[in-house]
Amino acid sequence: METKSQFSDRYLDLFAENREKIETQSADIMNSFRGEAIEKYGLLGIPAGKNEMYRYTNLDAFFMHEFRNYLLPVDEDLEKAEQFRCDVTDLDAHGLVLMNGFYPDLKHKLRELPGGVWIGSLKEASVKFSDLVDKHYGRYAKSESDGLVHLNTAMASDGVFVYVPEGTRLNKPVQVINLVYSKDDIFNQHRNLIIVEKNSEISIIICDHTLSPQKFLTNAVTEVYVGENSRFDIIRVQNEHNNAGKLTHTFIHQERNSHASSNNVTLHGGLVRNSTYHYLGGEGAESNSYGLYLADKFQHVDNYVNIEHASPRCTSNQLFKGVLDDMASGAFNGRIFVAKDAQGTYAYQKNNSILLTEDAKVYTKPQLEIYADDVKCSHGATVGQLDDNVFFYLRSRGIDQREAKLMLMFGFAHEVIQNINIEPLRERMDNLVMQRLRGELSRCASCMVRCG
Amino acid sequence: MLVINNLHVAIGGKIILRGINLEVKPGETHAIMGPNGSGKSTLAAVIAGRDFAQVTEGTVEYFGKNLLEMAPEERSRKGIFLGFQYPIEIPGVSMVNFMKTAVNEHRKYRGLEPLSASDFLKVMREKKEMVDIDSKLANRSVNEGFSGGEKKKNEIFQMAMLEPTLAILDETDSGLDIDALRVVANGVNKLKRPDSSAVVITHYQRLLDYIVPDVVHVLYDGRIVRSAGKELALELEEKGYEWIRNE
Repeated sequence: METKSQFSDRYLDLFAENREKIETQSADIMNSFRGEAIEKYGLLGIPAGKNEMYRYTNLDAFFMHEFRNYLLPVDEDLEKAEQFRCDVTDLDAHGLVLMNGFYPDLKHKLRELPGGVWIGSLKEASVKFSDLVDKHYGRYAKSESDGLVHLNTAMASDGVFVYVPEGTRLNKPVQVINLVYSKDDIFNQHRNLIIVEKNSEISIIICDHTLSPQKFLTNAVTEVYVGENSRFDIIRVQNEHNNAGKLTHTFIHQERNSHASSNNVTLHGGLVRNSTYHYLGGEGAESNSYGLYLADKFQHVDNYVNIEHASPRCTSNQLFKGVLDDMASGAFNGRIFVAKDAQGTYAYQKNNSILLTEDAKVYTKPQLEIYADDVKCSHGATVGQLDDNVFFYLRSRGIDQREAKLMLMFGFAHEVIQNINIEPLRERMDNLVMQRLRGELSRCASCMVRCG
Repeated sequence: MLVINNLHVAIGGKIILRGINLEVKPGETHAIMGPNGSGKSTLAAVIAGRDFAQVTEGTVEYFGKNLLEMAPEERSRKGIFLGFQYPIEIPGVSMVNFMKTAVNEHRKYRGLEPLSASDFLKVMREKKEMVDIDSKLANRSVNEGFSGGEKKKNEIFQMAMLEPTLAILDETDSGLDIDALRVVANGVNKLKRPDSSAVVITHYQRLLDYIVPDVVHVLYDGRIVRSAGKELALELEEKGYEWIRNE
């Protein structure tokens, strides 16, 4: 077994063939990172079996596929996207749509919100807010072992940009809807940059959807800077079809006394891999990393979490739960790294999975590296079936087996959902989870977007 | 209502009940007393439909039907309620959702429309007052973080919501202080209808100061060794189970 997939070199060639085209259409800041990134990708490649971080997830079925490589959209794509409308219902949010990884709104590539907040295309922001982008872009997305992060840096040219200036609290969340819609099989790599300056607050919801049945692969990187005393929440809702691969890498850099939370809710998807990195870079910072994975058939959901306690007196908490049915498989790898000087660290981790069949599988692995002395750290993992005692308790009240099973799975999942601070979204998520558990969740119709 | 005839039960090959005979008629309250390990809870579990116990011999009839063939949920819908000795915590499932589902399943069984959300909450409020349960408990997850006393009161609250015909209360008094005991006992008394019956399983006589039984049975080593009026409980309290053992 190798740490690098045999299909890795294809993407080196692809980059070499298209570099000029990508660079002429991208901002200088993004271009300045490409050289080093492709070198690192060349060394690391696409992770394969022997790469510890990807031990339980085989990416080859996607990377060996001949996609129409979606490096840059042609005019026709953008025009089509312009005509395409999605309404975000029920949730009072500032909406943004990314179509196949690109920002399709030709007229308003950047939008100003109350309080001097800006949201829109990263490509556009790299020009208009070049100082800001220069200060933060490429600073947080670092990996010594994941070539996919570098592949994204080498190839991405657009994505979402969010800027919250100092002392600003945005009352409504920003909702980013990632749509994949094409008549061809496509591979898209977009890049998001979120900057939250000090004493500010924002919530971001990212919804991942596929709108046509083709084979898709997404490799997305999101960098987040959370300034001193700021509060940042990111909620990712994934609802893609069984033929879609979704690889996300989210890097959250936190300054002193900041609070950040990430919640990855995977409702549906063929192959999903979410890597969430929390860097606690200032004293007194707190991070919460949550995840819920509901998988059936041959779906596979892998969550990798990396918490780096680089400063003293920080707190981190991980809670990941999943329900796996049929032949589905899941993986959880939670790494907690406590640096030598990070005294007074609190770090917790919990991973619980329910397997509904004999064939469903889950791999769970805590990974603790602690170099400080004054540390409180705990981790726990359970893998099991529904508890017979609980089951009987419900049935003894007149609730039949099917309904009792649903209630228990719902209750199990709700422990993750209840951490969503935005109430309408929390209720909405509870409903979506219930529909999913009942097997009634369809792709777009029942979700937050109404498209046509 | 309930007729148990020569019931033998084993758990994992070990014989627990060795020929129980018991008849409960509408309107009656029975108390079953006995030392630890005598089989009291096993009897309650068999009536409620717990599948870890294997019936090896004998019959249990409920209104003339074979109770042992019914699923636990069917027994519940037909009016049997088990008050658990150790109520189960269900994180993430709210009391409201739990009871609403249960009540509506019962209604569906009786051919009634489900209660609307507002009607349901009204019923829930009434019952909470009736059994004197803290209204905040109803907004939490089922039994999660409840004290021992709160869990037992919550059992009585569920009983109030489901209005059973036959309530089996398995050591509902254990671990309760005197105030909680009174709340639980008053609840049971208020929920009593002329046609409903109760089987109260207890270690101690003190619960029977509040819930007055028509018949007291002593269960010992898997058999009912003595049945008499309520004075038997007093006698047991005074002389202890040693007295039974010695006879």
